[in-house]
Amino acid sequence: MKNLIGLLVSLLLGVLIILTLASSPSFPEFGSVDINDRVAGEYLDNDNVEEVGSGNIVTAIVVGYRGFDTLGEVTVLFISALGIALIFSDKKQKRLDLKFKPNFMLKTGSRIVFGIILITSLYIIFHGHLTPGGGFPGGVMIASAILLLYLADDKFRSNIKGFKVLEGVAGSLFVIIGLLGLVIGTYFLENFIPVGSLGELLSAGIIPIIYMLIGLKVGSEISGIVDNFLTEGESA
Amino acid sequence: MTLFDVITSVIGVLLLVLAFLAINSKSLIKSVLFLSSLSMLAVVSFVIMRAPDVAITEAVIGSGLVTALFVFTLLAAERRETK
Repeated sequence: MKNLIGLLVSLLLGVLIILTLASSPSFPEFGSVDINDRVAGEYLDNDNVEEVGSGNIVTAIVVGYRGFDTLGEVTVLFISALGIALIFSDKKQKRLDLKFKPNFMLKTGSRIVFGIILITSLYIIFHGHLTPGGGFPGGVMIASAILLLYLADDKFRSNIKGFKVLEGVAGSLFVIIGLLGLVIGTYFLENFIPVGSLGELLSAGIIPIIYMLIGLKVGSEISGIVDNFLTEGESA
Repeated sequence: MTLFDVITSVIGVLLLVLAFLAINSKSLIKSVLFLSSLSMLAVVSFVIMRAPDVAITEAVIGSGLVTALFVFTLLAAERRETK
């Protein structure tokens, strides 16, 4: 009976939402949006794309036009990682016990796969301004490679202090590059390096540099979170 | 009805079914696997809607990291019976 009422309420809500949005002008049909009416129209303008120099337009928006928002995003991630570290902070001595004992094949195989995942993530980060992807997914991929090592070896601990240093350095460099734009140019995070030709690996000025820093920062942060989750104090 | 419409409708219905299964399945590990496949299908729908950046992020976070963390936690957690 309870389930039936729940089903009815959710169906009713769904129909209501669909009916409301179907007639709303802010939700046109998929594919029939006139891009020039939107804010995105200006970003997609050919002259502007040449100026930013990033082949991937999403990266041009995330790091180029809206770089300051990305700084806020990275800060949010930093604060959440800090919160998790505060909650779980204890004298981390040993790994959480797993229910199974990893064998030799698993350990060795996971190290090989670890290298492949790491190379893929670095590729995604370095080509963030040309192909889909970039700093955030690449960083999470680094963290998932670290998680794989944790999964496959019950004695494994990554170098958390090194990660913390890397995270701090990458975050500070992001702000310093932004401030350099303010010093050399006119505004925060200005693209002060020549953009080069569109579509080459070394192009788009500071965008690949910033995405690299974001990738390192996100990767080390989430690796820290993973380590926090999978260790416990001696007495616990 | 074009091929595009057919594919998007099939994926939409499958997404709903998988979400329902993820909520309602009895064993937790099956729930996690259904959630993972839901993310994977969401990736397909993102690619169809021409948003490859979102698709990559969803693939890495939704069906990679989150699934691995859930499975890991389930492996470490103990079942404790309540009365």
